[in-house]
Amino acid sequence: MDILFALLDGFWVALQPVNLGLAIIGVVVGLFVGAMPGLGSVNGVAILLPFTFVIQQITGSATSPMIFLAAIYYGAMYGGAISSITLGVPGASTAVATTFDGRPMALNGQADRALVTAAIASFVGGTVSNVLFTLFAPPLASVALQFGDPEIFALMLLAFATFIGLGGDDIPKTLFSICFGLVLATVGFDIVSGEPRLIFFDITGFTHGIRFLVLAIGVYGIGEMIWTINETRYRESMTAVNFTPSRLMAATRRFADAWKGTLIGSFLGFFVGILPAAGATPGSLMAYGVTKMVSRNPRSFGKGNVDGVAAPEAANNSASTGAMLPMMTLGIPGSPTTAVLLAGMVIWGLQPGPLLFTEQPDFVWPLIGSFYISNVVAVLVNLAFIPVFLWMLRMPFTILAPLIFVLSLVGTYAAYQNMFDVWLMVLFGLGAFFLRLLDYPLAPAVLAIVLGPIAEPKLRQSLLFSDGDFSIFLTRPIAGPITVIAIILILLPLFAKIRRMIRERRTEQV
Amino acid sequence: MRRAEIITAALLGLMSVYFMWKSGEPPAWNPDAPRFQNIWIVLDEGPGSGFWPFWLSLVMLGCCVWIAVNWYRRQSPPSQSEEPFLDSFGIRQLLLVGGGLFGFLVLIHILGFYGAIFVFLLYYIRLLGRHSIKSTLAISSAVPVIGFFFFDVAMRIILPKGYLEPLFIPLYDIFL
Repeated sequence: MDILFALLDGFWVALQPVNLGLAIIGVVVGLFVGAMPGLGSVNGVAILLPFTFVIQQITGSATSPMIFLAAIYYGAMYGGAISSITLGVPGASTAVATTFDGRPMALNGQADRALVTAAIASFVGGTVSNVLFTLFAPPLASVALQFGDPEIFALMLLAFATFIGLGGDDIPKTLFSICFGLVLATVGFDIVSGEPRLIFFDITGFTHGIRFLVLAIGVYGIGEMIWTINETRYRESMTAVNFTPSRLMAATRRFADAWKGTLIGSFLGFFVGILPAAGATPGSLMAYGVTKMVSRNPRSFGKGNVDGVAAPEAANNSASTGAMLPMMTLGIPGSPTTAVLLAGMVIWGLQPGPLLFTEQPDFVWPLIGSFYISNVVAVLVNLAFIPVFLWMLRMPFTILAPLIFVLSLVGTYAAYQNMFDVWLMVLFGLGAFFLRLLDYPLAPAVLAIVLGPIAEPKLRQSLLFSDGDFSIFLTRPIAGPITVIAIILILLPLFAKIRRMIRERRTEQV
Repeated sequence: MRRAEIITAALLGLMSVYFMWKSGEPPAWNPDAPRFQNIWIVLDEGPGSGFWPFWLSLVMLGCCVWIAVNWYRRQSPPSQSEEPFLDSFGIRQLLLVGGGLFGFLVLIHILGFYGAIFVFLLYYIRLLGRHSIKSTLAISSAVPVIGFFFFDVAMRIILPKGYLEPLFIPLYDIFL
């Protein structure tokens, strides 16, 4: 009952004209960002984070900027489907699975039906996950209140371990990326001893540390853009869409055909989204796979099955809310986008984690309320403005790319008013481009530079408490199991390799 | 691609060694303290300031060695690939786009943000994008104007103006 009253209060604040306006603007920006190939929610949130400081200054609260960023996140999940279906190029990695059946539907003259199915499935996925979030978040936060330094460090270890065990990328490269982000987070003054650390080449600009935004905008604003230019070579061809109100109504009536995919995507997406390092992309791919597996007609998948559009779209929306759960209750982001949101919360003077629910209910509940509202706004804006987004998608990349470069440079300067950071951001961007070409995953580095300043003091305080004995992470009742799971996850690829070797040997013997 | 994989691993390995070396640096107020004294755990004091970055950098170095082993055994996709790291289009775009960005950064120090944005957009949209002069000029002029009203006037974040500062003084008088 308390939850219900808190949520109603939250709705009241989220529906205030300023917050509602920010949610609408955020959703529109997110839809655009999500629809543009090469841009995803993380790009939008990272590039626009510096601009939210002004929203905080004007409104005087951290709720409004967070509502704005969360709305961008939501909108981007909806928008990804537009380019997947009409261009055959996923707007973001989260919409890759939507391309499998969305593109064939468009080529069969059913683009309008695919777009409507994607929008409504996203809405259902978002609503289911919002309800699950509301139910799970407060109890999880109250359990997390009992966590001390060793428990929090063990959770950080778990977040990184999932990247290694479940990320699916090259393990040494993933591990390198994590450690690189953590080391970058130590540049500047050591907060415990006050000693300057890692002042590279004695350049004074490094004394204030390497800010998280400098790396995030460099990776997602510059590196990703150059990589997209190199991959797409400015070429895309768009399928014509016949989108009239009568066809929209007809497609809406036929949405019921996609109930199975929508349901699977909504629930599976949420639980996959909670896992650190999993998030919306694997969530949507898994939902697509499971829906195909349980379908009576699996052979129609890949040829324009409407369930194949609904499942990944419901899942990526659901997973995006799921990823907020560990970020808000434990202070551990599950994806690069939630890492940016977490960094934003820290900048606005909030401490993400279990105490947020007890000490900052004025922030938490309006935000949760805004999830519901943004979801409704997103489906309405999406359906009403699909023709506008289709028109926007025709914007040549040779105009979009320089505008994003400008936004990245100006955004970095506006955040810190320091040209050194702008130079560093561009250097990071170029470095990220080269590393991306060689399959180095960069999301773990972004996550690590956010978590580094939290993880290091927790480790040092734990070791001070235990007189340097590392077994503190294994012997405590909560930290122990978490550490063991983390170690198992780290070793998971090794187990898989051993199993594969045994199987190969048996095959050879046969 | 194969050669790029091992060269990158070697460079990243060198960077890791540099990070380790810097992590062990004595503090400025006690330069005579032995290097690497701060990378251990001291009883009653806990880990030193270099503990966390040093051992993480060592793991980074280990990862580079692991990448090199995978390269030798041809286990990672880039180490198996015979394709060039960047083809002629990639090299051209990198030089044009990367060079354009560096030019943009240098120009910020001379012409300030708004002047540099105008020149950069002119360069990118007209020369790289080959759009019409009309649309190039429209976008290149609109973005700095919108930027000025958004940052300097509405947000009160004064962006650097470089040598163009005198041109903005009348605007400051009107709007600020």
